[in-house]
Amino acid sequence: MKHTLARWYDSDVAHSFRSTPTAMAAALIALVCVFCSLFAGWVAPHNPFDLASLNLGDARLPPAWSADGSATYLLGTDDQGRDILSALIYGARISLVVGLASVALSVVLGVALGLLAGFRGGWVDALLMRLCDVMLSFPAILIALLIAGVGRAVFPNAPESLAFGVLILSIALSGWVQYARTVRGSTLVERGKEYVQAARVTGVSPLRIMRRHVLPNVLGPVMVLATIQVATAIITEATLSFLGVGAPPTSPSLGTLIRVGNDYLFSGEWWITVFPGVMLVLIALSVNLLGDWLRDALNPRLR
Amino acid sequence: MNAPALNQEVSQEGAGAQPLVRAHDLARTFDVSPPWLNRMLEGKPRQLLHAVDGVSFEIEQGTTLALVGESGCGKSTVARLLVGLYQPTRGSFAFDGQDAHAAFQGPQARAMRRRIQMIFQDPYASLNPRWLVEDIIAEPLREHGILSDKAQTRERVGQLLESVGLAAADMAKYPHQFSGGQRQRISIARALASEPQFLVCDEPTSALDVSVQAQVLNIMKDLQRARGLTYLFISHNLAVVRHVSDQVGVMYLGRLVELADKRALFGSPRHPYTRMLLDAIPKMHDTGRARTPVQGEVPNPLNPPPGCAFNPRCPFANDRCRSERPQLLGTGGARVACHAVQEGRI
Amino acid sequence: MSLLEVENLVVEFPTRRGTLRALDDVSFAIAPGEILGVVGESGAGKSLTGASIIGLLEPPGRVASGQIRLEGQRIDNLPHEQLRHIRGRKIGAIFQDPLTSLNPLYTVGRQLVETIRTHLPVSAAEARARAIALLQDTGIPAPEQRIDHYPHQFSGGMRQRVVIALALAAEPQLIVADEPTTALDVSIQAQIIQLLKNICTSRGAAVMLITHDMGVIAETCDRVAVMYAGRVAEIGPVHEVINQPAHPYTAGLMACIPDMDAERERLAQIDGAMPRLNAIPQGCAFNPRCPQVFERCRVQRPGLLPAGATQAACWLHDAARQEAA
Repeated sequence: MKHTLARWYDSDVAHSFRSTPTAMAAALIALVCVFCSLFAGWVAPHNPFDLASLNLGDARLPPAWSADGSATYLLGTDDQGRDILSALIYGARISLVVGLASVALSVVLGVALGLLAGFRGGWVDALLMRLCDVMLSFPAILIALLIAGVGRAVFPNAPESLAFGVLILSIALSGWVQYARTVRGSTLVERGKEYVQAARVTGVSPLRIMRRHVLPNVLGPVMVLATIQVATAIITEATLSFLGVGAPPTSPSLGTLIRVGNDYLFSGEWWITVFPGVMLVLIALSVNLLGDWLRDALNPRLR
Repeated sequence: MNAPALNQEVSQEGAGAQPLVRAHDLARTFDVSPPWLNRMLEGKPRQLLHAVDGVSFEIEQGTTLALVGESGCGKSTVARLLVGLYQPTRGSFAFDGQDAHAAFQGPQARAMRRRIQMIFQDPYASLNPRWLVEDIIAEPLREHGILSDKAQTRERVGQLLESVGLAAADMAKYPHQFSGGQRQRISIARALASEPQFLVCDEPTSALDVSVQAQVLNIMKDLQRARGLTYLFISHNLAVVRHVSDQVGVMYLGRLVELADKRALFGSPRHPYTRMLLDAIPKMHDTGRARTPVQGEVPNPLNPPPGCAFNPRCPFANDRCRSERPQLLGTGGARVACHAVQEGRI
Repeated sequence: MSLLEVENLVVEFPTRRGTLRALDDVSFAIAPGEILGVVGESGAGKSLTGASIIGLLEPPGRVASGQIRLEGQRIDNLPHEQLRHIRGRKIGAIFQDPLTSLNPLYTVGRQLVETIRTHLPVSAAEARARAIALLQDTGIPAPEQRIDHYPHQFSGGMRQRVVIALALAAEPQLIVADEPTTALDVSIQAQIIQLLKNICTSRGAAVMLITHDMGVIAETCDRVAVMYAGRVAEIGPVHEVINQPAHPYTAGLMACIPDMDAERERLAQIDGAMPRLNAIPQGCAFNPRCPQVFERCRVQRPGLLPAGATQAACWLHDAARQEAA
């Protein structure tokens, strides 16, 4: 174990990480966000979703450093007296969970279909690729909107978990195509390679070849795409929530907070919108930068 | 090393009774037509590539048949036909008296695949870069259920590595930690894991340096002697072929033009293409001799010349050559597909 | 006076695990009109030598020390602009893969004319006439029509002839050919090396032929340099090196090449493998594999010593030792 860890630490990828300040900073920010989200209960000063603890009298207070601000509410409060900082932390949790879950689902679906298309070829490949073409002709946000909207119409009084399920599904279904295409291309390349032919000559079943031989060799670009896609998924979720078809209002995500604050923007209560926006940008940017670094680190030609 | 207990199917009467491998009129055609839509809209015809066009040969057990030829001659396709990677469009191939392709399709497939294995040309692409060497070599053992105990498997993998001149400890490494020649030895060890009788080697040393090639060829010869293996050796390098083979087949555009014992072929080549090939190869010694200049290049395999495939480049071609395809005729030791030779013109 | 002189060339690759010496103190010379073969196995540094001479060394590789002189003038430290004038005009290059050596988007004629007009002060019409003449000389039938064809309309062997024509277009004095026949069929190889030999001698151009194929070297070259682990092991007239090699590595190499004309039961082999760049032994690089190694070989690295008709970097040919023995 120690030997494996030592090998990892000394590898080209780890060395590239240690010598890229952007990557380390981005990783740090992302880690902080993840930590806060995981331990939101302890980190956040208040619980913004506990209706009993809200005090309407504290509504629309500016951040602590302004004239009317109060130290209890560091970043101010929104129209219902919720502490913005706490809402940010809980909202970030939702954004991260939805982002990661939808990307995970996307990857599983995309990789499976891509492997199938690349390995089988023929009409299966043609059919799946035409399906990808059709899906690509729609903007991702429209697909997500469509599924989320239909979900809401079908289950008008859905419990929270179902609502989140539909949300994750809608984002996942809007983003699987790029994995399928990438994996299909890599599979076509690997399929022609002689180690796959050697396995066929030995008599290994096609399913086993796909799973044990080809799959480990095509996952590299997928990892890079997935990392960058997490940022996109978080922003998609924020957009959907902003449009009202995303996270339910009882557990607002960053997007919901931005929407809520939007109404108060021009009456001078800027903090309700701006802080969730900044948080969203921070998360998306740090994940994006990590993804960029990973892509360059894994590119053999740049080493 | 290991008693041939698993090779019960080998005919007990000895090697001379029946050839282990008998190919009869093997052919493989690929459809390389443009997509249907393009054909409809642009009025293009279907295009068929006759990669292998009627090849027949026999290999006795314990001997090596080498197939030589230039690019596009179909030798790699023949190799893949013999291991069941492709189905023949025509013809048959009998292994130890059994129809091999029927066996590959049916319930006997696994047993047949155990006895026929392949070694590939590119040492860098023939091993899965993500697998440990131990797993690579153990895969045939596990797949065919030869050994299930992990400790026994590991011990057998160690033995196999040692039999090709590597160390047993090398099984804990990844392929990228080895050089080209060492990787090729790992491929050989993997091919030997299921204790096959017949090994098809597709240009196994073409990607290797000369000194490494010598090591690998020596190992292959030693293994053949020790285990009674039969080889089909594909190569474009006639010097290597001279060293390893017992019988040599020369291919041109999917057909066998000459099939003879090694000494007969190198001593007195009969087909004009064989002669041209032997003459054209740059040699280290004997460099000052006069040579017949070589004409032309290999034609497009999609559009082979009518009659004898070699006729545009042949100095002895006549009208019959341009219209009628010659058959591979002759006595067992030396067969030629050439009208001029059969008519006694050359 | 030599056309090309390479003196104590050292090429290094700085990596994060230390600096690798890919070429270590390489020296040789090429006379005008001579064909020098550079032979060696993969990793010996022969392609790097060619790349250094043309100035196409890929960073982070760099010439750490030593000199490369063309007609007495140093070319390894020239600024980019001046090097560009030398390339093509004085040095031509032929690479292994004819498919990627030609730009698929332009006709063959346009590429030839562009090269000619870049280096020679001729009109467009005259450049075109010269291009047609070049295609004729390299054996391409119907050059007046084929000059307007695209590279994909030529077969592999024909394309390599076009590449040779392109290399000769500006009338260089030195041609560096890196594995020019390796990607071609055997029957075409013979045609191409014959062409190279004839056309270069008729135009008085010297050739540096880099290859791993000893047969090609034997047929084409006047002298040959055998490289091992980034160093020159032996250099001399081609038939002497092949038939009476003075360096044990050369001897081992010649012995393990299968011969088409003779039959041997077992090929001689050199045990072990060429050392990796980060693990070159002290003293003579070949000493762990040498059948005639003695103590001095492990400690001190030999320079090129005269050994009969050739020069070999081997202590067996140390004159003082021979006198003592």
